[in-house]
Amino acid sequence: MTDTIVAHELVKTYGDVRALDSLSLSVPEGTVLGLLGPNGAGKTTALRVLTTLLRPDSGSAAVAGIDVLADPDRAREVIGVSGQNAAVDEYLTGFENLDMIGRLYHLGRSKSRDRAHALLEQFQLSEAADRPAKTWSGGMRRRLDLAGALVAEPPVLFLDEPTTGLDPRSRTDLWEVIGGLVQRGTTLLLTTQYLEEAERLADDIMVIDRGTAIAQGTADELKAKVGGERLEIIARDEDDVATIVSTVSNLGSDKPDVGGRRICLPVVTGPTALMEALRRLDDKGIELNDVGLRRPTLDDVFLSLTGHAAEESEPTPTEAVT
Amino acid sequence: MTLAMTASDGWTVARRNIFRMARNPEVVIWSTIQPIMFIVLFVYVFDSIPTPGISYEEYVMAGIFAQTVMFNSALTGVGLAEDIQKGIIDRFRALPMARSAVLIGRTTSDLVNGLAQLAVMVVVGLAVGWRTSSSPLEVLAGLGLILLIAYVFSWISAAVGLSVKSVEVANSAGFVWMFPVTFVSNVFVDINQLTPAVRNIAIWNPMSAFVAAIRELFGNTSEEIPQPDVWPLQNPVLASFLWLALILAIFVPLSVRQYKKASSR
Ligand SMILES: Nc1ncnc2c1ncn2[C@@H]1O[C@H](COP(=O)(O)OP(=O)(O)O)[C@@H](O)[C@H]1O
Ligand SMILES: [Mg+2]
Repeated sequence: MTDTIVAHELVKTYGDVRALDSLSLSVPEGTVLGLLGPNGAGKTTALRVLTTLLRPDSGSAAVAGIDVLADPDRAREVIGVSGQNAAVDEYLTGFENLDMIGRLYHLGRSKSRDRAHALLEQFQLSEAADRPAKTWSGGMRRRLDLAGALVAEPPVLFLDEPTTGLDPRSRTDLWEVIGGLVQRGTTLLLTTQYLEEAERLADDIMVIDRGTAIAQGTADELKAKVGGERLEIIARDEDDVATIVSTVSNLGSDKPDVGGRRICLPVVTGPTALMEALRRLDDKGIELNDVGLRRPTLDDVFLSLTGHAAEESEPTPTEAVT
Repeated sequence: MTLAMTASDGWTVARRNIFRMARNPEVVIWSTIQPIMFIVLFVYVFDSIPTPGISYEEYVMAGIFAQTVMFNSALTGVGLAEDIQKGIIDRFRALPMARSAVLIGRTTSDLVNGLAQLAVMVVVGLAVGWRTSSSPLEVLAGLGLILLIAYVFSWISAAVGLSVKSVEVANSAGFVWMFPVTFVSNVFVDINQLTPAVRNIAIWNPMSAFVAAIRELFGNTSEEIPQPDVWPLQNPVLASFLWLALILAIFVPLSVRQYKKASSR
Protein backbone atom coordinates (compact mmCIF):
# COMPACT_ATOMS: atom_id res chain seq x y z
CA MET A 1 0.00 0.00 0.00
CA THR A 2 1.35 3.46 -0.86
CA ASP A 3 0.84 6.64 1.08
CA THR A 4 -1.48 8.97 -0.79
CA ILE A 5 -1.06 11.96 1.51
CA VAL A 6 2.37 12.68 2.96
CA ALA A 7 3.62 15.60 4.99
CA HIS A 8 7.21 15.68 6.12
CA GLU A 9 8.44 17.90 8.94
CA LEU A 10 6.23 20.85 8.12
CA VAL A 11 7.08 24.08 9.89
CA LYS A 12 5.05 27.25 9.71
CA THR A 13 5.47 30.14 12.09
CA TYR A 14 3.43 33.29 12.55
CA GLY A 15 5.60 35.61 14.57
CA ASP A 16 6.17 33.78 17.83
CA VAL A 17 3.49 31.20 17.17
CA ARG A 18 4.67 27.89 15.76
CA ALA A 19 1.45 26.90 14.02
CA LEU A 20 3.21 23.82 12.62
CA ASP A 21 6.19 22.55 14.54
CA SER A 22 7.77 19.82 12.45
CA LEU A 23 4.55 17.98 11.73
CA SER A 24 4.79 14.76 9.74
CA LEU A 25 1.95 12.53 8.73
CA SER A 26 1.05 9.96 6.12
CA VAL A 27 -2.26 8.55 4.98
CA PRO A 28 -2.23 5.21 3.11
CA GLU A 29 -4.32 4.98 -0.03
CA GLY A 30 -8.01 4.44 0.61
CA THR A 31 -7.84 5.15 4.35
CA VAL A 32 -8.97 7.95 6.61
CA LEU A 33 -6.74 9.87 8.98
CA GLY A 34 -8.43 11.98 11.63
CA LEU A 35 -6.38 14.93 12.78
CA LEU A 36 -7.65 15.57 16.27
CA GLY A 37 -6.79 18.65 18.27
CA PRO A 38 -8.20 21.65 20.11
CA ASN A 39 -8.59 25.12 18.67
CA GLY A 40 -5.25 26.54 17.62
CA ALA A 41 -3.52 23.15 17.42
CA GLY A 42 -2.52 23.74 13.80
CA LYS A 43 -5.09 21.57 12.03
CA THR A 44 -6.21 24.20 9.53
CA THR A 45 -2.65 25.31 8.87
CA ALA A 46 -1.65 21.71 8.06
CA LEU A 47 -4.59 21.36 5.70
CA ARG A 48 -3.83 24.67 4.01
CA VAL A 49 -0.31 23.51 3.27
CA LEU A 50 -1.48 20.17 1.88
CA THR A 51 -4.13 21.81 -0.30
CA THR A 52 -1.68 24.29 -1.91
CA LEU A 53 -3.14 27.32 -0.14
CA LEU A 54 -0.16 28.05 2.06
CA ARG A 55 3.59 27.64 1.68
CA PRO A 56 5.30 26.28 4.79
CA ASP A 57 8.54 27.77 6.06
CA SER A 58 10.13 24.35 5.59
CA GLY A 59 9.21 20.73 5.06
CA SER A 60 7.59 18.96 2.18
CA ALA A 61 4.18 17.63 1.23
CA ALA A 62 2.79 15.37 -1.46
CA VAL A 63 -0.61 14.14 -2.57
CA ALA A 64 -1.02 11.12 -4.86
CA GLY A 65 2.69 11.24 -5.55
CA ILE A 66 2.62 14.89 -6.64
CA ASP A 67 4.85 17.35 -4.82
CA VAL A 68 2.44 19.97 -3.51
CA LEU A 69 5.05 22.72 -3.27
CA ALA A 70 6.76 22.09 -6.60
CA ASP A 71 3.71 21.31 -8.67
CA PRO A 72 0.63 22.85 -7.07
CA ASP A 73 -1.31 23.02 -10.35
CA ARG A 74 -1.21 19.26 -10.80
CA ALA A 75 -1.90 18.65 -7.13
CA ARG A 76 -5.11 20.71 -7.37
CA GLU A 77 -6.40 18.37 -10.05
CA VAL A 78 -6.48 15.39 -7.70
CA ILE A 79 -7.76 16.97 -4.50
CA GLY A 80 -11.14 18.04 -3.19
CA VAL A 81 -11.26 20.51 -0.32
CA SER A 82 -13.89 21.62 2.11
CA GLY A 83 -12.60 24.33 4.39
CA GLN A 84 -13.43 25.11 7.98
CA ASN A 85 -16.15 27.59 7.03
CA ALA A 86 -18.59 26.66 4.28
CA ALA A 87 -17.30 28.53 1.22
CA VAL A 88 -20.66 28.69 -0.44
CA ASP A 89 -21.65 31.65 -2.59
CA GLU A 90 -24.83 32.72 -0.88
CA TYR A 91 -26.23 34.67 -3.80
CA LEU A 92 -25.96 31.65 -6.09
CA THR A 93 -28.38 28.76 -5.97
CA GLY A 94 -27.18 25.36 -4.84
CA PHE A 95 -27.12 24.20 -8.43
CA GLU A 96 -25.17 27.23 -9.64
CA ASN A 97 -22.58 26.79 -6.92
CA LEU A 98 -21.81 23.22 -7.94
CA ASP A 99 -22.13 23.85 -11.66
CA MET A 100 -19.56 26.64 -11.39
CA ILE A 101 -17.11 24.38 -9.58
CA GLY A 102 -17.53 21.69 -12.24
CA ARG A 103 -16.73 24.19 -14.97
CA LEU A 104 -13.68 25.36 -13.08
CA TYR A 105 -12.48 21.75 -12.89
CA HIS A 106 -12.88 21.83 -16.69
CA LEU A 107 -15.46 19.05 -16.74
CA GLY A 108 -17.30 20.78 -19.57
CA ARG A 109 -20.78 22.23 -19.51
CA SER A 110 -22.96 19.17 -19.72
CA LYS A 111 -20.86 17.06 -17.37
CA SER A 112 -20.77 19.92 -14.86
CA ARG A 113 -24.52 20.20 -14.98
CA ASP A 114 -24.99 16.45 -14.56
CA ARG A 115 -22.55 16.27 -11.67
CA ALA A 116 -24.27 19.18 -9.93
CA HIS A 117 -27.65 17.48 -10.20
CA ALA A 118 -26.29 14.13 -9.10
CA LEU A 119 -24.59 15.61 -6.03
CA LEU A 120 -27.65 17.63 -5.04
CA GLU A 121 -29.59 14.41 -5.22
CA GLN A 122 -27.02 12.46 -3.25
CA PHE A 123 -26.91 15.09 -0.50
CA GLN A 124 -30.68 15.42 -0.39
CA LEU A 125 -30.54 19.02 -1.50
CA SER A 126 -32.52 18.67 -4.73
CA GLU A 127 -35.57 20.39 -3.36
CA ALA A 128 -33.67 23.53 -2.48
CA ALA A 129 -31.41 23.34 -5.54
CA ASP A 130 -32.83 26.41 -7.24
CA ARG A 131 -32.99 28.67 -4.21
CA PRO A 132 -30.11 31.02 -3.38
CA ALA A 133 -27.93 29.43 -0.71
CA LYS A 134 -28.61 32.51 1.44
CA THR A 135 -31.96 30.96 2.32
CA TRP A 136 -30.46 27.62 3.36
CA SER A 137 -29.79 26.32 6.87
CA GLY A 138 -26.26 25.92 8.20
CA GLY A 139 -26.41 22.16 7.83
CA MET A 140 -27.51 22.42 4.22
CA ARG A 141 -24.72 24.87 3.38
CA ARG A 142 -22.21 22.60 5.00
CA ARG A 143 -23.43 19.70 2.88
CA LEU A 144 -23.30 21.88 -0.22
CA ASP A 145 -19.74 22.82 0.60
CA LEU A 146 -18.85 19.17 1.01
CA ALA A 147 -20.57 18.40 -2.29
CA GLY A 148 -18.38 21.10 -3.84
CA ALA A 149 -15.31 19.16 -2.77
CA LEU A 150 -16.62 16.07 -4.57
CA VAL A 151 -17.54 17.59 -7.92
CA ALA A 152 -14.56 16.17 -9.78
CA GLU A 153 -14.67 12.89 -7.86
CA PRO A 154 -11.17 13.51 -6.55
CA PRO A 155 -9.23 10.54 -5.21
CA VAL A 156 -7.90 12.65 -2.32
CA LEU A 157 -10.16 14.58 -0.02
CA PHE A 158 -9.49 17.12 2.74
CA LEU A 159 -12.21 18.12 5.19
CA ASP A 160 -11.57 20.73 7.85
CA GLU A 161 -13.88 20.30 10.83
CA PRO A 162 -16.78 19.21 8.64
CA THR A 163 -19.37 19.12 11.43
CA THR A 164 -18.28 21.91 13.75
CA GLY A 165 -21.20 24.16 14.48
CA LEU A 166 -23.84 21.72 13.30
CA ASP A 167 -26.74 20.46 15.35
CA PRO A 168 -26.50 16.77 16.39
CA ARG A 169 -28.94 15.64 13.72
CA SER A 170 -27.07 17.33 10.85
CA ARG A 171 -23.86 15.97 12.27
CA THR A 172 -25.02 12.35 12.14
CA ASP A 173 -26.38 12.92 8.63
CA LEU A 174 -23.05 14.24 7.50
CA TRP A 175 -21.22 11.33 9.11
CA GLU A 176 -23.32 8.95 7.03
CA VAL A 177 -22.36 10.80 3.87
CA ILE A 178 -18.67 10.89 4.68
CA GLY A 179 -18.76 7.23 5.68
CA GLY A 180 -20.21 6.44 2.25
CA LEU A 181 -17.40 8.26 0.45
CA VAL A 182 -14.79 6.38 2.34
CA GLN A 183 -16.30 3.08 1.32
CA ARG A 184 -15.71 4.03 -2.28
CA GLY A 185 -11.98 4.20 -1.73
CA THR A 186 -11.37 7.91 -1.31
CA THR A 187 -8.30 8.79 0.72
CA LEU A 188 -9.39 11.27 3.35
CA LEU A 189 -7.70 13.60 5.76
CA LEU A 190 -10.17 14.99 8.21
CA THR A 191 -9.70 17.38 11.09
CA THR A 192 -11.92 17.48 14.10
CA GLN A 193 -12.18 18.58 17.70
CA TYR A 194 -14.39 15.64 18.60
CA LEU A 195 -12.99 12.30 19.59
CA GLU A 196 -16.33 10.72 18.77
CA GLU A 197 -16.18 12.02 15.21
CA ALA A 198 -12.64 10.79 14.66
CA GLU A 199 -13.60 7.44 16.11
CA ARG A 200 -16.60 7.17 13.88
CA LEU A 201 -14.92 8.16 10.61
CA ALA A 202 -11.19 7.59 10.84
CA ASP A 203 -9.13 4.43 10.52
CA ASP A 204 -6.28 6.15 12.25
CA ILE A 205 -6.24 9.15 14.55
CA MET A 206 -3.41 11.59 15.11
CA VAL A 207 -3.69 13.88 18.09
CA ILE A 208 -1.93 17.20 17.58
CA ASP A 209 -1.15 20.03 19.93
CA ARG A 210 0.86 23.19 19.24
CA GLY A 211 1.72 22.04 15.76
CA THR A 212 3.13 18.62 16.60
CA ALA A 213 1.76 15.12 16.85
CA ILE A 214 1.48 13.92 20.42
CA ALA A 215 -0.11 10.54 19.79
CA GLN A 216 -1.27 8.37 16.94
CA GLY A 217 -3.20 5.15 16.65
CA THR A 218 -6.59 3.62 16.10
CA ALA A 219 -9.45 4.81 18.24
CA ASP A 220 -9.11 1.69 20.35
CA GLU A 221 -5.41 2.20 20.86
CA LEU A 222 -5.91 5.79 21.89
CA LYS A 223 -8.71 4.90 24.20
CA ALA A 224 -6.60 2.18 25.75
CA LYS A 225 -4.10 4.94 26.47
CA VAL A 226 -6.62 7.29 27.96
CA GLY A 227 -8.90 4.64 29.42
CA GLY A 228 -12.36 3.87 28.20
CA GLU A 229 -15.48 5.40 29.64
CA ARG A 230 -15.52 7.72 32.60
CA LEU A 231 -17.45 6.87 35.74
CA GLU A 232 -18.53 10.19 37.13
CA ILE A 233 -19.80 10.48 40.68
CA ILE A 234 -21.04 13.63 42.37
CA ALA A 235 -21.12 13.26 46.15
CA ARG A 236 -23.91 14.81 48.16
CA ASP A 237 -21.59 15.63 51.03
CA GLU A 238 -18.05 16.87 50.46
CA ASP A 239 -16.90 14.90 53.53
CA ASP A 240 -17.77 11.66 51.74
CA VAL A 241 -15.41 12.28 48.82
CA ALA A 242 -12.40 10.60 50.40
CA THR A 243 -14.44 7.53 51.33
CA ILE A 244 -15.92 7.31 47.85
CA VAL A 245 -12.48 7.53 46.27
CA SER A 246 -11.09 4.75 48.41
CA THR A 247 -14.18 2.63 47.82
CA VAL A 248 -14.24 2.79 44.03
CA SER A 249 -10.59 3.42 43.11
CA ASN A 250 -9.73 -0.18 42.36
CA LEU A 251 -12.52 -0.35 39.76
CA GLY A 252 -10.67 2.14 37.58
CA SER A 253 -8.03 1.64 34.91
CA ASP A 254 -6.25 4.77 36.09
CA LYS A 255 -6.19 7.16 39.03
CA PRO A 256 -9.41 9.08 39.67
CA ASP A 257 -9.57 12.78 38.94
CA VAL A 258 -11.14 14.63 41.84
CA GLY A 259 -12.47 18.18 41.82
CA GLY A 260 -14.74 19.44 44.60
CA ARG A 261 -17.54 16.92 45.05
CA ARG A 262 -16.90 15.45 41.61
CA ILE A 263 -14.99 12.21 41.16
CA CYS A 264 -14.09 11.07 37.67
CA LEU A 265 -12.69 7.58 37.20
CA PRO A 266 -11.52 6.03 33.92
CA VAL A 267 -13.00 2.53 33.66
CA VAL A 268 -12.67 -0.27 31.12
CA THR A 269 -16.11 -1.85 31.18
CA GLY A 270 -18.53 0.88 32.09
CA PRO A 271 -21.76 -0.88 33.09
CA THR A 272 -20.03 -3.46 35.30
CA ALA A 273 -18.02 -0.78 37.07
CA LEU A 274 -21.10 1.39 37.50
CA MET A 275 -23.13 -1.38 39.10
CA GLU A 276 -20.32 -2.51 41.34
CA ALA A 277 -19.66 1.08 42.47
CA LEU A 278 -23.32 1.64 43.28
CA ARG A 279 -23.49 -1.62 45.23
CA ARG A 280 -20.41 -0.78 47.31
CA LEU A 281 -21.50 2.78 48.02
CA ASP A 282 -24.99 1.63 48.91
CA ASP A 283 -23.53 -0.89 51.36
CA LYS A 284 -21.73 1.94 53.10
CA GLY A 285 -24.85 4.08 53.04
CA ILE A 286 -23.20 6.92 51.15
CA GLU A 287 -25.62 9.25 49.43
CA LEU A 288 -24.90 10.68 46.00
CA ASN A 289 -26.16 13.66 44.02
CA ASP A 290 -25.52 12.08 40.67
CA VAL A 291 -23.72 9.18 39.09
CA GLY A 292 -23.22 8.18 35.49
CA LEU A 293 -21.03 6.99 32.67
CA ARG A 294 -19.69 9.19 29.95
CA ARG A 295 -17.41 8.71 27.00
CA PRO A 296 -13.95 10.26 27.09
CA THR A 297 -13.85 13.68 25.46
CA LEU A 298 -11.01 15.41 23.73
CA ASP A 299 -10.33 17.10 27.06
CA ASP A 300 -9.76 13.74 28.72
CA VAL A 301 -7.48 12.63 25.90
CA PHE A 302 -5.52 15.80 26.32
CA LEU A 303 -5.30 15.57 30.00
CA SER A 304 -3.91 12.06 29.85
CA LEU A 305 -1.58 12.63 26.92
CA THR A 306 -0.09 15.96 27.83
CA GLY A 307 -0.80 16.32 31.49
CA HIS A 308 -2.30 19.72 30.71
CA ALA A 309 -5.78 20.67 29.63
CA ALA A 310 -6.45 21.91 26.11
CA GLU A 311 -5.58 25.59 26.10
CA GLU A 312 -8.69 27.02 24.60
CA SER A 313 -12.05 25.58 25.42
CA GLU A 314 -13.78 24.34 22.33
CA PRO A 315 -17.51 24.03 21.84
CA THR A 316 -18.76 20.61 22.87
CA PRO A 317 -20.92 18.62 20.47
CA THR A 318 -24.07 19.42 22.38
CA GLU A 319 -23.61 23.17 22.22
CA ALA A 320 -24.33 23.14 18.53
CA VAL A 321 -25.54 26.11 16.57
CA THR A 322 -27.09 26.10 13.14
CA MET B 1 -2.70 26.71 -18.48
CA THR B 2 -3.68 27.65 -21.99
CA LEU B 3 -5.07 31.03 -23.00
CA ALA B 4 -8.38 29.41 -23.97
CA MET B 5 -8.66 27.86 -20.51
CA THR B 6 -7.90 31.17 -18.85
CA ALA B 7 -10.60 32.84 -20.92
CA SER B 8 -13.13 30.13 -20.20
CA ASP B 9 -12.38 30.17 -16.44
CA GLY B 10 -12.57 33.95 -16.50
CA TRP B 11 -15.95 33.75 -18.14
CA THR B 12 -17.19 31.21 -15.56
CA VAL B 13 -16.22 33.60 -12.78
CA ALA B 14 -17.70 36.63 -14.58
CA ARG B 15 -20.93 34.71 -15.06
CA ARG B 16 -21.06 33.98 -11.35
CA ASN B 17 -20.60 37.69 -10.55
CA ILE B 18 -23.33 38.64 -12.99
CA PHE B 19 -25.72 36.17 -11.31
CA ARG B 20 -24.85 37.82 -8.01
CA MET B 21 -25.53 41.29 -9.39
CA ALA B 22 -28.88 40.15 -10.73
CA ARG B 23 -29.86 38.78 -7.31
CA ASN B 24 -28.57 41.83 -5.50
CA PRO B 25 -29.55 44.70 -7.80
CA GLU B 26 -29.25 47.39 -5.11
CA VAL B 27 -25.54 47.70 -5.84
CA VAL B 28 -26.11 48.53 -9.49
CA ILE B 29 -29.08 50.77 -8.74
CA TRP B 30 -27.22 52.89 -6.20
CA SER B 31 -24.12 53.08 -8.32
CA THR B 32 -26.23 54.67 -11.07
CA ILE B 33 -28.02 57.03 -8.71
CA GLN B 34 -24.71 58.42 -7.55
CA PRO B 35 -23.63 59.85 -10.94
CA ILE B 36 -27.10 61.34 -11.45
CA MET B 37 -26.55 63.19 -8.19
CA PHE B 38 -23.15 64.37 -9.36
CA ILE B 39 -24.37 65.60 -12.70
CA VAL B 40 -27.26 67.52 -11.19
CA LEU B 41 -25.13 69.03 -8.43
CA PHE B 42 -22.29 70.09 -10.66
CA VAL B 43 -24.43 71.42 -13.44
CA TYR B 44 -26.68 73.48 -11.17
CA VAL B 45 -24.47 74.32 -8.20
CA PHE B 46 -21.20 75.04 -10.01
CA ASP B 47 -22.74 76.58 -13.09
CA SER B 48 -20.83 79.79 -12.32
CA ILE B 49 -17.40 78.14 -12.71
CA PRO B 50 -15.87 79.96 -15.67
CA THR B 51 -15.35 77.85 -18.79
CA PRO B 52 -14.76 80.40 -21.56
CA GLY B 53 -16.25 79.53 -24.93
CA ILE B 54 -18.23 76.48 -23.78
CA SER B 55 -21.13 75.84 -21.42
CA TYR B 56 -20.20 74.31 -18.07
CA GLU B 57 -22.52 71.35 -18.77
CA GLU B 58 -20.61 70.48 -21.89
CA TYR B 59 -17.28 71.05 -20.22
CA VAL B 60 -17.85 69.10 -17.03
CA MET B 61 -19.57 65.98 -18.41
CA ALA B 62 -16.29 64.39 -19.59
CA GLY B 63 -14.92 64.90 -16.09
CA ILE B 64 -17.97 63.37 -14.46
CA PHE B 65 -17.80 60.36 -16.80
CA ALA B 66 -14.18 59.68 -15.85
CA GLN B 67 -14.64 60.46 -12.18
CA THR B 68 -17.68 58.20 -11.88
CA VAL B 69 -16.11 55.15 -13.48
CA MET B 70 -13.01 55.65 -11.38
CA PHE B 71 -14.95 55.78 -8.12
CA ASN B 72 -17.05 52.83 -9.21
CA SER B 73 -13.93 50.75 -9.77
CA ALA B 74 -13.57 50.58 -5.97
CA LEU B 75 -16.33 47.98 -6.08
CA THR B 76 -13.92 45.51 -7.66
CA GLY B 77 -11.63 45.53 -4.64
CA VAL B 78 -14.52 45.46 -2.20
CA GLY B 79 -16.00 42.44 -3.99
CA LEU B 80 -12.69 40.59 -3.89
CA ALA B 81 -12.14 41.42 -0.21
CA GLU B 82 -15.60 40.04 0.46
CA ASP B 83 -14.80 36.84 -1.44
CA ILE B 84 -11.64 36.44 0.61
CA GLN B 85 -13.51 36.94 3.86
CA LYS B 86 -16.18 34.41 2.90
CA GLY B 87 -13.58 31.80 1.98
CA ILE B 88 -14.64 31.80 -1.68
CA ILE B 89 -11.15 32.77 -2.82
CA ASP B 90 -9.72 29.83 -0.84
CA ARG B 91 -12.08 27.55 -2.68
CA PHE B 92 -11.04 29.01 -6.05
CA ARG B 93 -7.38 28.81 -5.13
CA ALA B 94 -7.65 25.09 -4.41
CA LEU B 95 -9.19 24.44 -7.86
CA PRO B 96 -7.08 23.64 -10.91
CA MET B 97 -8.13 26.88 -12.60
CA ALA B 98 -6.11 29.69 -14.16
CA ARG B 99 -4.50 31.93 -11.52
CA SER B 100 -5.68 35.11 -13.20
CA ALA B 101 -9.20 33.93 -13.98
CA VAL B 102 -10.83 35.17 -10.78
CA LEU B 103 -9.41 38.64 -11.43
CA ILE B 104 -10.23 38.66 -15.13
CA GLY B 105 -13.76 37.51 -14.31
CA ARG B 106 -14.26 40.13 -11.62
CA THR B 107 -12.89 43.07 -13.60
CA THR B 108 -14.91 42.04 -16.64
CA SER B 109 -18.20 41.57 -14.81
CA ASP B 110 -17.76 44.90 -13.05
CA LEU B 111 -17.81 46.43 -16.53
CA VAL B 112 -21.49 45.52 -16.69
CA ASN B 113 -22.00 47.90 -13.84
CA GLY B 114 -19.85 50.50 -15.59
CA LEU B 115 -21.92 50.12 -18.72
CA ALA B 116 -25.16 50.70 -16.80
CA GLN B 117 -23.66 53.81 -15.22
CA LEU B 118 -22.46 55.11 -18.55
CA ALA B 119 -25.89 54.67 -20.13
CA VAL B 120 -27.57 56.52 -17.27
CA MET B 121 -25.00 59.31 -17.36
CA VAL B 122 -25.44 59.80 -21.10
CA VAL B 123 -29.20 60.09 -20.74
CA VAL B 124 -29.07 62.44 -17.76
CA GLY B 125 -26.28 64.44 -19.40
CA LEU B 126 -28.34 64.95 -22.53
CA ALA B 127 -31.28 65.97 -20.35
CA VAL B 128 -29.31 68.74 -18.63
CA GLY B 129 -28.00 70.14 -21.91
CA TRP B 130 -24.79 68.24 -22.65
CA ARG B 131 -24.17 67.75 -26.39
CA THR B 132 -21.34 66.26 -28.42
CA SER B 133 -20.04 68.05 -31.48
CA SER B 134 -17.82 65.41 -33.07
CA SER B 135 -18.43 62.63 -35.57
CA PRO B 136 -20.45 59.59 -34.43
CA LEU B 137 -17.31 57.50 -34.72
CA GLU B 138 -15.44 59.82 -32.38
CA VAL B 139 -18.33 59.76 -29.93
CA LEU B 140 -18.21 55.96 -29.96
CA ALA B 141 -14.47 56.06 -29.43
CA GLY B 142 -15.05 58.39 -26.48
CA LEU B 143 -17.57 56.03 -24.90
CA GLY B 144 -15.18 53.13 -25.50
CA LEU B 145 -12.36 55.03 -23.83
CA ILE B 146 -14.53 55.65 -20.76
CA LEU B 147 -15.24 51.92 -20.45
CA LEU B 148 -11.57 51.12 -20.93
CA ILE B 149 -10.69 53.55 -18.13
CA ALA B 150 -13.29 51.81 -15.95
CA TYR B 151 -11.71 48.44 -16.71
CA VAL B 152 -8.15 49.52 -16.07
CA PHE B 153 -9.01 51.23 -12.78
CA SER B 154 -10.65 47.98 -11.69
CA TRP B 155 -7.22 46.35 -11.69
CA ILE B 156 -5.83 48.99 -9.32
CA SER B 157 -8.80 48.36 -7.11
CA ALA B 158 -8.26 44.59 -7.32
CA ALA B 159 -4.69 44.96 -6.06
CA VAL B 160 -5.93 47.08 -3.15
CA GLY B 161 -8.81 44.73 -2.28
CA LEU B 162 -6.52 41.69 -2.27
CA SER B 163 -3.91 43.39 -0.11
CA VAL B 164 -6.04 44.67 2.75
CA LYS B 165 -7.27 42.61 5.67
CA SER B 166 -10.99 43.28 5.59
CA VAL B 167 -13.93 44.45 3.52
CA GLU B 168 -14.21 47.62 5.59
CA VAL B 169 -10.63 48.58 4.86
CA ALA B 170 -11.09 47.76 1.19
CA ASN B 171 -14.00 50.15 1.25
CA SER B 172 -12.03 53.11 2.54
CA ALA B 173 -8.55 52.33 1.20
CA GLY B 174 -10.14 51.77 -2.19
CA PHE B 175 -11.35 55.38 -2.27
CA VAL B 176 -8.83 57.62 -0.51
CA TRP B 177 -6.34 57.87 -3.34
CA MET B 178 -9.08 58.82 -5.78
CA PHE B 179 -9.80 62.21 -4.21
CA PRO B 180 -6.48 63.88 -5.01
CA VAL B 181 -6.43 62.20 -8.41
CA THR B 182 -9.82 63.73 -9.20
CA PHE B 183 -9.41 67.16 -7.64
CA VAL B 184 -5.85 67.94 -8.72
CA SER B 185 -6.82 67.76 -12.38
CA ASN B 186 -8.97 69.28 -15.11
CA VAL B 187 -11.99 67.16 -14.10
CA PHE B 188 -14.18 69.96 -12.74
CA VAL B 189 -12.33 73.16 -13.62
CA ASP B 190 -10.24 74.67 -16.40
CA ILE B 191 -6.75 73.49 -15.55
CA ASN B 192 -5.30 76.95 -16.42
CA GLN B 193 -7.13 78.52 -13.52
CA LEU B 194 -5.53 76.36 -10.85
CA THR B 195 -2.79 77.95 -8.76
CA PRO B 196 0.60 77.43 -10.45
CA ALA B 197 1.83 74.84 -7.93
CA VAL B 198 -1.30 72.74 -8.23
CA ARG B 199 -1.40 73.22 -11.98
CA ASN B 200 2.11 71.84 -12.36
CA ILE B 201 1.01 68.61 -10.76
CA ALA B 202 -2.35 68.54 -12.51
CA ILE B 203 -0.90 68.70 -16.00
CA TRP B 204 0.96 65.44 -15.41
CA ASN B 205 -1.95 63.71 -13.71
CA PRO B 206 -3.09 60.79 -15.91
CA MET B 207 -6.66 61.73 -15.00
CA SER B 208 -6.14 65.07 -16.79
CA ALA B 209 -5.04 63.22 -19.91
CA PHE B 210 -8.06 60.91 -19.74
CA VAL B 211 -10.49 63.78 -19.37
CA ALA B 212 -8.79 65.85 -22.07
CA ALA B 213 -9.02 62.82 -24.38
CA ILE B 214 -12.72 62.34 -23.68
CA ARG B 215 -13.36 66.06 -24.28
CA GLU B 216 -11.48 65.88 -27.54
CA LEU B 217 -13.37 62.78 -28.72
CA PHE B 218 -16.75 64.29 -27.78
CA GLY B 219 -15.85 67.68 -29.24
CA ASN B 220 -16.41 69.31 -25.84
CA THR B 221 -13.37 71.59 -26.17
CA SER B 222 -13.12 75.34 -26.40
CA GLU B 223 -10.70 77.53 -28.36
CA GLU B 224 -10.55 79.76 -25.32
CA ILE B 225 -9.39 76.95 -23.01
CA PRO B 226 -5.96 76.08 -24.39
CA GLN B 227 -4.33 72.81 -23.38
CA PRO B 228 -1.14 73.39 -21.38
CA ASP B 229 1.96 72.90 -23.42
CA VAL B 230 2.92 69.44 -22.17
CA TRP B 231 3.00 66.35 -24.34
CA PRO B 232 0.25 64.31 -22.58
CA LEU B 233 -2.27 67.14 -22.85
CA GLN B 234 -1.24 68.05 -26.38
CA ASN B 235 -1.77 64.39 -27.39
CA PRO B 236 -4.36 63.31 -24.86
CA VAL B 237 -5.75 60.26 -26.70
CA LEU B 238 -2.38 58.70 -27.30
CA ALA B 239 -1.22 59.67 -23.82
CA SER B 240 -4.33 58.05 -22.33
CA PHE B 241 -3.62 54.76 -24.05
CA LEU B 242 -0.02 54.83 -22.85
CA TRP B 243 -1.10 55.57 -19.30
CA LEU B 244 -3.68 52.79 -19.38
CA ALA B 245 -1.12 50.31 -20.73
CA LEU B 246 1.32 51.33 -18.01
CA ILE B 247 -1.28 50.90 -15.26
CA LEU B 248 -2.16 47.43 -16.55
CA ALA B 249 1.49 46.47 -16.83
CA ILE B 250 1.94 47.29 -13.15
CA PHE B 251 -1.33 46.26 -11.60
CA VAL B 252 -2.18 43.02 -13.44
CA PRO B 253 0.95 41.20 -12.23
CA LEU B 254 0.66 42.84 -8.81
CA SER B 255 -2.95 41.71 -8.41
CA VAL B 256 -2.16 38.17 -9.51
CA ARG B 257 0.69 38.07 -7.01
CA GLN B 258 -1.58 39.27 -4.21
CA TYR B 259 -4.23 36.75 -5.26
CA LYS B 260 -1.78 33.89 -4.91
CA LYS B 261 -1.05 34.98 -1.35
CA ALA B 262 -4.63 35.80 -0.41
CA SER B 263 -5.97 33.97 2.59
CA SER B 264 -9.21 34.02 4.46
CA ARG B 265 -7.49 34.99 7.71
N1 LIG C 1 -2.69 33.89 9.27
C1 LIG C 1 -2.34 33.73 10.56
N2 LIG C 1 -1.73 34.75 11.21
C2 LIG C 1 -1.34 34.61 12.49
N3 LIG C 1 -1.50 33.49 13.21
C3 LIG C 1 -2.09 32.44 12.63
C4 LIG C 1 -2.54 32.51 11.28
N4 LIG C 1 -3.07 31.31 10.95
C5 LIG C 1 -2.98 30.55 12.06
N5 LIG C 1 -2.39 31.22 13.07
C6 LIG C 1 -2.09 30.68 14.42
O1 LIG C 1 -1.55 29.40 14.25
C7 LIG C 1 -2.05 28.50 15.22
C8 LIG C 1 -2.71 27.33 14.54
O2 LIG C 1 -3.89 27.75 13.92
P1 LIG C 1 -4.87 26.78 13.13
O3 LIG C 1 -4.07 25.98 12.17
O4 LIG C 1 -5.96 27.59 12.57
O5 LIG C 1 -5.41 25.85 14.28
P2 LIG C 1 -6.69 24.91 14.29
O6 LIG C 1 -7.22 24.79 12.90
O7 LIG C 1 -6.19 23.61 14.83
O8 LIG C 1 -7.67 25.54 15.21
C9 LIG C 1 -2.98 29.32 16.09
O9 LIG C 1 -2.28 29.74 17.23
C10 LIG C 1 -3.35 30.48 15.22
O10 LIG C 1 -3.65 31.59 16.00
MG1 LIG D 1 -9.05 25.18 12.21
